[in-house]
Amino acid sequence: MNSSSAPDKSRAHLLSRRSFLITMAGAGVVLGYARSGVDALESMASGAPEASSAGELFEPTIWYGISPAGDVTVNVIRAEMGQHIGTACARILADELEADWGKVRVVTVDSDPKWGEMVTGGSWSVWQTFPVFSRAGAAGRMALIEEGARLLGASPQSCTARLGAVHAGGRSISYGDIIVRGNLRRTYTPEQLKEIPLKAPRDRRLIGRDTLALDIASKTDGKGLYGIDAAVDGMIYGRPKIPPTRYDSKVISIDDSAAKNQPGYIRSIALDDPSGTVPGWVMVYAHNFPAAIRAADLVKVKWSSGEAAHVSERDLQQRAEQLIADPKGGSLVVDDPGVDAALASAKQKIERTYTAGTVMHYALEPVNALAFEKDGIFEIHTGNQWQTLILPVLAKALGRSQDKIVMRSYLLGGGFGRRLDGDYAVPAALAAKAVGKPVKMICTREDDMRFDCPRSPSVQVLRMGFADGGQVIAMDHQAAAGWPTATMAPAFLMKDAHGAPFDPFAIHGADHWYTVGAQRVRAIQNDLAQRTFRPGWLRSVGGGWLYWALESFMDEAAHAIGIDPVAFRLRLLDGAGRNAGSAPNSVGGAKRQAAVIARVAQKAGWGTVMPADVGLGIASSFGQERDMPTWCACVARVRVDRTSGQVTVEKLTLVVDAGTIIHPDGAAAQVEGCALWGLSMALYEGSEFVMGQPKDLNLNTYTLLRMGNVPDVEIEFIPSTEAPVGLGEPATAVIAPAIANAIFAASGARLRHLPIRPEDVRQALAHPG
Amino acid sequence: MTTFNLNGRTVSVHSPDDVPLLWVIRDELGLTGTKFGCGIGYCGACTVHVEGRATRSCITSVGSIAGADVTTIEGLHPEGKHPLQLAWIELQVPQCGYCQSGQIMQAATLLKDYPDPTDQDINAVMAGSLCRCMTYIRIRKAIKLAASRMREGSAT
Repeated sequence: MNSSSAPDKSRAHLLSRRSFLITMAGAGVVLGYARSGVDALESMASGAPEASSAGELFEPTIWYGISPAGDVTVNVIRAEMGQHIGTACARILADELEADWGKVRVVTVDSDPKWGEMVTGGSWSVWQTFPVFSRAGAAGRMALIEEGARLLGASPQSCTARLGAVHAGGRSISYGDIIVRGNLRRTYTPEQLKEIPLKAPRDRRLIGRDTLALDIASKTDGKGLYGIDAAVDGMIYGRPKIPPTRYDSKVISIDDSAAKNQPGYIRSIALDDPSGTVPGWVMVYAHNFPAAIRAADLVKVKWSSGEAAHVSERDLQQRAEQLIADPKGGSLVVDDPGVDAALASAKQKIERTYTAGTVMHYALEPVNALAFEKDGIFEIHTGNQWQTLILPVLAKALGRSQDKIVMRSYLLGGGFGRRLDGDYAVPAALAAKAVGKPVKMICTREDDMRFDCPRSPSVQVLRMGFADGGQVIAMDHQAAAGWPTATMAPAFLMKDAHGAPFDPFAIHGADHWYTVGAQRVRAIQNDLAQRTFRPGWLRSVGGGWLYWALESFMDEAAHAIGIDPVAFRLRLLDGAGRNAGSAPNSVGGAKRQAAVIARVAQKAGWGTVMPADVGLGIASSFGQERDMPTWCACVARVRVDRTSGQVTVEKLTLVVDAGTIIHPDGAAAQVEGCALWGLSMALYEGSEFVMGQPKDLNLNTYTLLRMGNVPDVEIEFIPSTEAPVGLGEPATAVIAPAIANAIFAASGARLRHLPIRPEDVRQALAHPG
Repeated sequence: MTTFNLNGRTVSVHSPDDVPLLWVIRDELGLTGTKFGCGIGYCGACTVHVEGRATRSCITSVGSIAGADVTTIEGLHPEGKHPLQLAWIELQVPQCGYCQSGQIMQAATLLKDYPDPTDQDINAVMAGSLCRCMTYIRIRKAIKLAASRMREGSAT
């Protein structure tokens, strides 16, 4: 790509610039990093200098510790929300450490500036952790070998490490004994750390092999603790009264006369929020949560609110259409010269518009948090995906510095991007501050839905020009939607070559790996969406609607010039120029995308004759971003009932190249979840804004995929030793376009709006084209 | 005050009769394995057994179960080793895990009614149990695995 200046999302390089120290501390060896200097990016992210590092070179950033008994405790900063991420991270470390896996345990840590950026999203966890934890493990192994060799009276070169012990000839000493008897003082400079050789893939003992994930047993017997299970003595409960609009609502009056008859009701307070996160919120307090639910229903609040109280889904989409129609504005994320000239001179052109509706997160655990002050520290007990993003907001809301606030980690009853936005911690904290008592705020489902940061509706217009013989000479992709990052994390916006900002998470995907001649990608922020609600990062984020358009369009383009859609894609994925890929993350480039497409086509029987009203559709993606491509391809096999318009997905076949796979069964589980999420959003989910609010507030109207509609799903990973990338989201986005393309193959009906409803299919059958 | 049997023990609770059993179990009795999802009986996360039948505790008033036997996920097996729980671990079913107590409790009554369930039986009985992580494929497999183990167990 020719234009983008990226904020560096990979924190790996920050850690690799630190010195690595091994020293005796307390009862065991702890391994940490010393800072080599102030880091601007980290300061930006965490908002305050680290209290613990003042005047000291050594920073106790502890990724793992080994006890005298040889037990290895791995500290994981990533939220556990279903990915079994602690297991994957610990396997990376333990493999290089040559630890005995049976003696490894994982701790999900609380917020602390010493950890650096605490974020679990973007499908980044394994990708970011791999370089750091591999080297941390390898450095520990080398130090233990060196000291173990001394204790054994052998040369380090003659020693090996296996299963938590150092071996020389026929003798050995366990890691625990080395810690007890030895004197571990090895220090690594940043240069030495960088040069620590990692294992050859063939020497890996844990990576790439299955294991039982460490978090699973406690999720089968009710013992796992989620945020909603947090408790402290003396806590009271709160349920919010949520105002009519996200912004600009003000409380005019509160009438709680009816609630006073509700046993357990305490009082209602309009929250004063200096951070502006929850303007117009009223907290209803009670001694127990069912009383809070009922009391809140009885409390009458009058608000004044702004223009957003009248905005509909149609208004949002019309605004997007207007913005796209205006050639000014937006950001040119890809901006090759000659696009307009090539389109003007093209022998053949196609132009199509695709839309996608609002989607709700519906994490099954409604958002909640327990907040209280203890010993001068404000504690927030909740499940959260991006602690370093919300801590500065909490500091502003509470009027205290970040070092006086800690977020304690719990399991997340679903993240999916909803809990990247820690906004729910703010009203809980304010509610506790207002009454000087521990408060556990729980949103009912309806509260949670109204307080959601939904996936923005979107409009996209795509154009392609062809020369003689169907050669693609130009492509233009314009996309308008609400931008999650603009509201919640503006420091993570990127800039185009002209300095215009854009949300990478609302355009990545359109900057694809197809070679299409002169290419332009324009990202447009829907200002009305931005003012009406808080656009959210929702699993696969922009990819969920950008690939919907791109991959539907690729199908339409192939049909327009009379070429098979698989052959068309393979022809454009030539790996030329900027699509060649580069080390370490995108080695092979477009050729790897071509490989997953070719493989999935073969597996799914592409080209075979289908029964009447049954069709195969293909779609492909590179996942979340060009810097970290996860190559995906899917073939959907669907059956269309021409009378009812009902679409039955019979089978989803997926092939994924995510580089090195750390934990194969966990990886497969992520792709299974992604695929069915994609199906759920394609056919069953979707909401709309009515009077500034999402229309659907619970499962009586918001529908999701259920057991009976689950198709056969077949998943294959391409064997690879390339850099491990992400798996939590990428396979989500290929499903909807694969289904739409299959509907076309089965019936000739072309669907250009998500979600796809039977009524839309009937319409498309009645009016083809 | 309402008295009932919870996981084999007699308990008396002070919550008013019209309070949903879910909150009595979670907050008054401190067993948090039963979860709150939708509050309207559509997701199944709050499923417990009342007199052996799968029941949505979020829409069941505590007064209505006076004197009844109630079993939660914590009481399904004393060591968490019901054949369904073992199958859930073996096949690594849970992702976030939030719905899984309810899934397992629903599946336990399914296996009482259908010791050798077909896909259609599973679709019908599990239709009310939502998994937002979409672990349905593994839930289906684990139910069948547990069913086969239970049939083997009862045959020997």
